[in-house]
Amino acid sequence: MEISRQPVPGAVDPDALRIKQLNARQLLRGGQVEGLTPAAHLEGADLERHVEESVLTTTLDRAVAWARSNSFFPATFGLACCAIEMMSIVAARVDVARFGFEAFRASPRQADLLILSGRVSIKMAPIVRRIYDQMLEPKWAISMGACCSSMGVFNNYALVPADKFMPIDVHVPGCPPRPEALMHGILKLRKMVQDDPDMGWRERYDAIGTEEIVDDEQAAPRA
Amino acid sequence: MTPALSDYRRREQSITLAPVEEQLHDDAGAAADGPAQELLTLNMGPHHPATHGVLRLLVTLQGEVVRDIKPIIGYVHTGIEKTAEDKSYWKVIPVVERMDYLSYYFNAMAFCGAVETLLEVDVPPRAQYLRVIHMELNRIMSHLVWLGTSALDLGAISMFWYCFREREAILDLFEFSSGQRMHTRYFQVGGVFEDIPRGFVEKLRKFTAIMPTRADQYGDLLNKNEIVLQRLRGTCPLDADTLLSLGVTGPLLRAAGNPWDLRKAAPYCSYGDFDFKIPVGTVGDNYDRFAVRLAEIYESVKIIDQAIDGLPEGPCITTDRKVALPPRHELATSMEALIHHFKLVTEGFRVPPGEVYYPIESPRGELGCFVRSDGSSKPARVHMRDPSFVNLQSLSQMAEGSYIADLIATLAMLDPILGGIDR
Amino acid sequence: MPDATGLELLAQELREAEGEEIVRATVFFRSRATLEVDPRQILAVLAHLRERGYTFMSSLHGVDYYPEEPRLGVLYELLDMSRVDRVTVKLRLPSDDAAVDSATPHWPTADHQERGVYDMFGVVFRGHPDLRRILMPEDYEGHPQRRDFPIGGEPIAFTYNDTPSLRPPR
Repeated sequence: MEISRQPVPGAVDPDALRIKQLNARQLLRGGQVEGLTPAAHLEGADLERHVEESVLTTTLDRAVAWARSNSFFPATFGLACCAIEMMSIVAARVDVARFGFEAFRASPRQADLLILSGRVSIKMAPIVRRIYDQMLEPKWAISMGACCSSMGVFNNYALVPADKFMPIDVHVPGCPPRPEALMHGILKLRKMVQDDPDMGWRERYDAIGTEEIVDDEQAAPRA
Repeated sequence: MTPALSDYRRREQSITLAPVEEQLHDDAGAAADGPAQELLTLNMGPHHPATHGVLRLLVTLQGEVVRDIKPIIGYVHTGIEKTAEDKSYWKVIPVVERMDYLSYYFNAMAFCGAVETLLEVDVPPRAQYLRVIHMELNRIMSHLVWLGTSALDLGAISMFWYCFREREAILDLFEFSSGQRMHTRYFQVGGVFEDIPRGFVEKLRKFTAIMPTRADQYGDLLNKNEIVLQRLRGTCPLDADTLLSLGVTGPLLRAAGNPWDLRKAAPYCSYGDFDFKIPVGTVGDNYDRFAVRLAEIYESVKIIDQAIDGLPEGPCITTDRKVALPPRHELATSMEALIHHFKLVTEGFRVPPGEVYYPIESPRGELGCFVRSDGSSKPARVHMRDPSFVNLQSLSQMAEGSYIADLIATLAMLDPILGGIDR
Repeated sequence: MPDATGLELLAQELREAEGEEIVRATVFFRSRATLEVDPRQILAVLAHLRERGYTFMSSLHGVDYYPEEPRLGVLYELLDMSRVDRVTVKLRLPSDDAAVDSATPHWPTADHQERGVYDMFGVVFRGHPDLRRILMPEDYEGHPQRRDFPIGGEPIAFTYNDTPSLRPPR
C-alpha cells in the first residue's frame, strides 16, 4: 500500500529538536558548540531563552503540588462494604504503595485524604464532619462508592449523601467500586492536585480571611 | 433541652472520671486509695482503627483493667429492612446482600430460602450444589478477611497481605461465575442466576488444591508466634452456658465446646450430602475462637471439593416460569415466555400470604431471615436476624476484668460486622 | 419443627397450665409452628416453653400489621437444640397501648433485640434495664419501621466541581 507522507504544518522538525537538546547538553557541560555563543557570553533575552531551553525550572507552587499529590496520607475511614475494597487496594494486587499512598494514618490530624468508603448514616454524619474538620489543610475527600456519592442502592430516611455536609473532590461510582476503579479515582485526584494546586478549598471550606500573613522580615527562608 | 436530651449530650463527651465509692479489688494489688481507684470512662470509636467498622465502645476502665463496656451502634444503620418493603422480591436480593457485607451470599441465601419456603418452590439439585460451592467459598473469604484484619489488630501486620492474596483468588472465582467481585446477586429465588461458565471448575479445583497449603502457612506463621499465643491463650474466656443464654451462635459457641452448627443439625440446601467435620474448641478463650475459624477453612475446602465432584446436571434455576425468568432464547418463539418475562420484570412474582423464619449458618453464626408476605409482589416485612448483632451482647461479659489489649483481641476474635449489626 | 399435632398438644398444655385465655391461635404453616399468645402472659409462656426444652431464643423481632388491629406484633423464635425443634411465639399489641413485659431478665439475649424493636416500632418493654434507641440517634423522633412512616430519601446534589485539567480536550 502506498503511504504518502506529508509534513504536518507547524510541527517541529524532530531532528531540530534533537540537535537543540544536544547543543544544550554541550553548553551545560561548558563546551563549545559551533554557531552558538557559550553561555557566559549570552545576555538579556538570549540568556533567558538559553536557560529555558537547557535548565529545568518551575514555580515553587508546582513543586509543592507535585510533592503533595504524590504523598497523600489517607485517613483510615472505612464505613461499610466499600471499606473491604479499600483494604484491597492496600493489598498486593492493586498496590497503593506503588504510588506512595500506603501510609494510612489513623489520626485525622496526620491525614490529608479522607476516603469516605461506605454509607453515611444520619448518626455518623456529624462524626464524619468532625473528622474532616480535624484534618489540616490542604485536604481532599474522595467519596467512594454509590452510597456516599449519591445515596446508592438505599435512598431512604437513614442515609445522607456526603455532599450535603462536606465538600467532595472526586466521586468514585460503583457498588462497591473495583479496587482498580478506586485507584483510578485516586489518580484522578492526584492529577487534579498536580495541575491546580489551589483548588479553591478556602472558598469551599468558607475560610477566607483565616490565612496567616507572614512579614517579609520574618519570612522563612525559601528553600 | 429536655432532661433526656441533656443526658444524651453529656454522654457524648469523650472522657468522664468518677471516684469509686467502695473498695474495688485491684488485680495488680495496688494501694487502696490513689489514682488506681478512679474509674475512667473512655470513648473508643466510632472512628477507630481497631474497631471493625464504626463501632463505638464506652469503656469504663480502672487503670488498664476494663470494668464495663457499653457498645453503641447505629452508625451505619441503612434502613435495609425498610427499603426491602418498598421493592419487589427480586429487587430485595441486592438490598439485603449489603447487610452483612462480608458474607453476601449468605444474606441472599437466607432471604431466598425464606421466599422459596413461602412459595413452596423447589430448588433444582444443581442449583443447590452451586449455592453450596459459592457459600463455602464465601465462608473461606470471610474467614480470610477476619484473619487478616485480626492479625493486623494484634500487630502481626504481614498476615494481612497473605490473606488478601487468597481473597483475590476467591474474588476472581466470583467474578468468573457472576461478573461481580462483591454483592454479586448470584442467588435468585428458585436457584442461581446463571450456570457456571466453562473453565470455572478447573479454576476452582486449582484453588482448592492450593488453599489447604496456604492455610497451613497461616497456621505456621501464627501458631508458633510467642506474642500471638500470649495475647490469645487464656484471655477473655466465656463458657458455653452463658453464651447460649446470650444467644450467641457460630464459631464463638463452638469455641466454647458446644458443637452447634445448622449445617449439621438442620441441613438445608443439600448440606446433608457432604461429609465434613465441625471444629470445636475446649476452653472458649480467644485462642480457641481463632483456631476454630482457621480449622473451618479446611472443612470448607473439603465441602467444595465434594460438591464439585458430585455436581449434578440439570437446570440451575427452578423451571417454574411464574417465579424464574425464562431463558432468553425462548422469548423469540413462545408467547407465554414473553408474558412471563414481562410480568416478572415489571411487577415481580406474587407470594402467598404467610410468615416464615429461615435460619442458615453464616460465618458468624445463625443468620435468619423472617419474611412476611401479604399476597402482593412486595414483601410486607423482611427482618434479618444478624448473628453479629446478638453476638455483640457477649462482649461486655467476655472482656470484663481484662486489659485493654485483651479487649482489642477479643473484639477481633468476636468478628463483628457492623453492616449486619446496624442493618 | 413440631408437627401439627405436637403444636396442638403444646397449646393444650399451656391452656391447662395457665388458663384458657393464654393461647389465642395456633398456626402451622409450611411445617413451622406458631403460637399466638396473650401479651399479658408472655413471660409465663416463655417460661413454660423453656421447661419443655426450648431453651434458646434465636430471635426477637417486631412486625407492623398496619392497617389491621392489633397492629404491632412481637415474635419470639425459640429453638430446642437437643431435638432441633423450633417454635415461634407471637403476640399482637394495639397501637395505642404498645407495651409488654420485657423478657430480658430471664433471657439475656433479648437485651439489644428488644431495644431494636422499641427503636423501630415503638413497643415499650416494661422492666427492660436500659430501654433506649439503639440504631437511630437517641433524640430521633418517630419509629422508622412502622408502615406509615415515610421511606424518606432525598434528591441527589453534587458539589459543583469544574476542574479545568479534567475537562475533555476540545
